[in-house]
Amino acid sequence: MSDASLHRPGAARSARPASYRKPTEETPAARTALILLTVSGLAILVFAPLIVVFTEALADGWAAAIESLGNRDAQSAIRLTLTITAIAMPLNAVFGIAAAWLITKFDFRGKAFLITLIDLPFSVSPVVAGLCIVLLFGANSLIGGWLVAHDLPIVFAIPGIVLATVFVTFPFVARELIPVMTEQGRAEEEAALTLGASGWRVFHTVTLPNIRWALLYGTLLCTARAMGEFGAVAVVSGKIRGQTATMPITIEMLYNEYLSVAAFSMAALLTGFALLTLLLKTALELRHADALAANHRH
Amino acid sequence: MDIHIDEISKEFGVSRALHPVTLSIPSGTLVALLGPSGSGKTTLLRILGGLEFPTSGRVLFDGRDATGLSVQERRAGFVFQSYALFRHMTVFDNIAYGLAARPRAIRPNRTEIARRVTKLLDLIQLPDIGGRYPTQLSGGQRQRVALARALAIEPRMLLLDEPFGALDAKVRKELRQGLRDIHDETGLTTVFVTHDQDEAMELADLVVVMSMGRIEQIGRPLDIRERPATAFVRNFVSA
Repeated sequence: MSDASLHRPGAARSARPASYRKPTEETPAARTALILLTVSGLAILVFAPLIVVFTEALADGWAAAIESLGNRDAQSAIRLTLTITAIAMPLNAVFGIAAAWLITKFDFRGKAFLITLIDLPFSVSPVVAGLCIVLLFGANSLIGGWLVAHDLPIVFAIPGIVLATVFVTFPFVARELIPVMTEQGRAEEEAALTLGASGWRVFHTVTLPNIRWALLYGTLLCTARAMGEFGAVAVVSGKIRGQTATMPITIEMLYNEYLSVAAFSMAALLTGFALLTLLLKTALELRHADALAANHRH
Repeated sequence: MDIHIDEISKEFGVSRALHPVTLSIPSGTLVALLGPSGSGKTTLLRILGGLEFPTSGRVLFDGRDATGLSVQERRAGFVFQSYALFRHMTVFDNIAYGLAARPRAIRPNRTEIARRVTKLLDLIQLPDIGGRYPTQLSGGQRQRVALARALAIEPRMLLLDEPFGALDAKVRKELRQGLRDIHDETGLTTVFVTHDQDEAMELADLVVVMSMGRIEQIGRPLDIRERPATAFVRNFVSA
């Protein structure tokens, strides 16, 4: 039978489409295996913990969970985390824009060094960063002693936590902006200048609109990370309940005291904040899909 | 406006983009800076536009020293190689940008801006595209919008960097004539950079052949073709 089909070119050709696949496409078996691998990985690493957080929080019912979030220390932790985030986010947005602007629009000596410096917080352990802040600004240091004497404590106080958070989240905005601004080049800014626009006008009518999406992503990532920062803050905050204990630190303390419902309720709330930022990002993406596409296609 | 370039040189670090060059451009002339890449023609154009400052030498506009004028003060209509249209703005807003950026005292009101933009859209023969975004235009349309945007500021001169470089051959021919017409209509002193000798010869009143940061020859297209001053010009023009 196979001999017969060999002699009929039409048969061989018509048999092809069934088994035809693109050069870049995998076999069905390989595809199934890859999908299974991805889904199970996601399930174990992402969904399972998420579900555990919420079920543990609600182990004694909604009332207990909500009550545990209502006490003074919990309220203080939530307020503190939101305050720190509200300070760190705009600071890093401004720093990030400034750094990315400098790196992409100007040529100067030491540029590579500056880029490395911006990445430093990604590679340095947050705990080490926290320790450095303590060493620099602690009561036993030169600067710290002066600051404490003038009633401006940094370590074991809110300024220290802000510093630690800003340090840890510093690369997010800049890293998001640099590739976008590099790709866009300087031509549009130059065009605006030749049309008579001042530097500031060029920035807010040309540069900023062109980077707004990258800026938004960077800021949202920065926000999510700022709310969750533990290592660096744990070192500089001194973990004073009701004063310098942020949400992640409160979670750890509650967990160590076997207050499982309280710990997980707080964790659930923190997770909720993070999910909210992601939701916000997705909603904005959907709503402005056209503008996004226009920005990328050029 | 006539332009005089007096012993202009430009160094980028250790490399020399322009050896001292001198060039006089009479008012209303259409000039081509012709040369291979790396000849310094774009650097010279950017110095005229105030986007680059010379290491030494002077630029005179109508006999007055303009070397220190900022890019905004030059009022040069500049068309960039890839057009550099503002991608997040409509064609209308692109063309209106220079007028809207003027200080309040000399800024036309909204209806006046709209009138001028409409007039420019007519001039480039694309009256109906004001509401579109640059990504929705063809290459040739983008080039014409860039030209209209540069003309909107009522420039003292027109500077174009490889204005036809990114276009296919047929569109290129059409737009050459378009630029010639606009030049003749506005009477603006116009300098364009090109590496295409046909383009330079066909379009320009005066051709400046450049190589390695030096001016090899200045002359009318016919003179350059018939009496090349150096071996480089002879080779480049016959190629």
